[in-house]
Amino acid sequence: MFDNFVVPNLLPAAPELFLAAMALFILLVDLVVKDGRRTVIYGLTQLTLLTLIVWRGIPYFRAIFLEQPDAFEALSQITYTFSNMFVIDMMGDLLKLILYMAMSVVLAYSRAYLIEREVMNKGEYYVLALFATLGMMVMISANHFVTIYLGLELLSLALYAMVAMNRDSVASTEAAMKYFVLGALASGLLLYGMSMIYGATGTLEITAVAERLFGGGANRTLLVFGLVFLVSGLAFKLGVVPFHMWIPDVYHGAPTSVTLLIGSAPKLAAFAIVMRLLVSGLFVMVADWQNMLIILSVLSMAVGNLAAIAQTNLKRMLAYSAISHMGFMLLGITTGVVSGDAGNLLNAYSASMFYVIAYVVMTTGAFGMILLMSRAGFEADAIDDFKGLNKRSPWFAAIMLMLMFSMAGVPFFIGFFAKFSVLQAVVAAGYMWLALVAVFFSLIGAFYYLRVVKVMYFDAPVDETPLVAGTNMRLLISANGLAVALLGMFPQVIMSVCAYALLRSL
Amino acid sequence: MDIQTFVFFFLSAILVFASLRVITARNPVHAALHLILAFFTCGGIWALLQAEFLAIAIILVYVGAVMVLFLFVVMMLDINMDRIREGFWSYLPLGAILGLLMVMEMGLVLGSKYFQVPAAEAMVPAGVSNTKSIGALMFTDFVYPFELASLVLLVGMIAAIVLTHRGSKKSKYTNPNQQVFVKAKDRIRVLQMPVEKD
Repeated sequence: MFDNFVVPNLLPAAPELFLAAMALFILLVDLVVKDGRRTVIYGLTQLTLLTLIVWRGIPYFRAIFLEQPDAFEALSQITYTFSNMFVIDMMGDLLKLILYMAMSVVLAYSRAYLIEREVMNKGEYYVLALFATLGMMVMISANHFVTIYLGLELLSLALYAMVAMNRDSVASTEAAMKYFVLGALASGLLLYGMSMIYGATGTLEITAVAERLFGGGANRTLLVFGLVFLVSGLAFKLGVVPFHMWIPDVYHGAPTSVTLLIGSAPKLAAFAIVMRLLVSGLFVMVADWQNMLIILSVLSMAVGNLAAIAQTNLKRMLAYSAISHMGFMLLGITTGVVSGDAGNLLNAYSASMFYVIAYVVMTTGAFGMILLMSRAGFEADAIDDFKGLNKRSPWFAAIMLMLMFSMAGVPFFIGFFAKFSVLQAVVAAGYMWLALVAVFFSLIGAFYYLRVVKVMYFDAPVDETPLVAGTNMRLLISANGLAVALLGMFPQVIMSVCAYALLRSL
Repeated sequence: MDIQTFVFFFLSAILVFASLRVITARNPVHAALHLILAFFTCGGIWALLQAEFLAIAIILVYVGAVMVLFLFVVMMLDINMDRIREGFWSYLPLGAILGLLMVMEMGLVLGSKYFQVPAAEAMVPAGVSNTKSIGALMFTDFVYPFELASLVLLVGMIAAIVLTHRGSKKSKYTNPNQQVFVKAKDRIRVLQMPVEKD
């Protein structure tokens, strides 16, 4: 029975194992450390993430800046382990590196907010954040339906608990309940789709599914039936119309530090599982799912951008903006193959990947600004709370201006190049009408981003007190804002890394 | 109709009936009891499909442990279900139509081909134990998902504790050390009261 079994090579999964071990260790340390501010726990969490950043970042530094060919060679290996359930390729590796950075920044932004709110500043908050990171890493590296599902559950369970952690707030509890019920429904849809595809192909392993489908002979009706459920489940997790209803309520109801977490890093993992399931696994069905994604994407851009105009709450506005951004990101994935010709493949998928990375950088900054403005007992999440920010702090008003311009897609910020590269892929694929629709809705979207800028610069401040924030927070958010501008000047660095990563992974 | 087909339809009918009663029963205890019936019947169908390990697991874990706890909680909580269910039946016509439509659509797409009694196509060769194979796979090929599942359970536990734990309640106790070293001064306070005049 055990004749064929080879003890799995643990080395490719070393970052996951390290993170899991550290999360368990921090959980134990939290028992003995009696510290109201949880400085030790926070320090250990950041140490874990920074270790991972340095560990996985060095090969990229060597490859990109020192241009060492052996570093490139090592990065472009595709390794499978754990009976082909775990894969590490350059796409996964790169997304994980950005994930560590995003999580580290997210936790750093949340620090002051949590200290001011006793009920949430527990050791478990940081442990759950680490487990959520682990869940995302598992999703990014999954090559098996079961691991995708387990990674997703690990991420979601941690997030549900974090949303509900502010127990005294009715809004947070309600948001957590909605998130939990709709998340369970989405998981059900995803699992049902997976079981149908298993029924048609007889395997749960993604690369094996692709092989069986290339071989032909699988029952097409059953496959399409499963695909519909699979795409619906993914759409739920990405939060695109018509599966978006949880996004505004959860973003609005959750404590801002948790909203920041939900709104940023999980998008990377969601992108990864879309790529793994649809592109790596069901590529034979590309014509079917591309059409489904076009509908989802156009609807998301329409509903997201139009509904965002009516919002007075900044968190809710950014939630609708997230819906529209995810719709825009899907545009790239819909244009990989045009009438059987896969020439545009790399271009389109790398544009989407670049878009997702750019979006994470921008959204982290935008929610970070809300955290920066908030104080104990004051959330600063209404657009009106930003009135006259220029008079209170010209520097942070400028940072917010850059973030909003970048999200709107104003030229020479990173958001512009993200939109531009996706549109380029769409036009190259010959979907002229789709590009026009995307530009049209982006123009509508620019209205509500610019409204925030107008409120900051041309309205009289309600509250004249200068901003209070720690030096770390000030430095980090300035760096984040400047990154949006600087990466906008050199977009080709990230873009070419994305293209190379996908070239070596697909 | 052979005996296997008959048993399958018999169990399925009970399963559908029990599931319906779970959501329509007015009394939460009745609902929980029907849920137990549904799990038990489901175990029967799995046994029919020669998945005896799953059948035993659902009866041991769900019926034996989870549902007993569940029933216990439902009986302890004195919920007035009638108030919660107000207006529940008014959704029935629309809900029933939508549900029937979905069932019909799925039936049309998949055709009658897939709605047959699963004939025992995958005959298990003699001498191979289902349970043993699952155990062996779980610790070899599926060791990674197995470990991940344990982490998911751990996160569930952390989440449950963090959401319900409201600080440890200190029980009242006396410290013998302090009792021994107590001084009269600590217990009696001599007050100087000015004498009231008039």
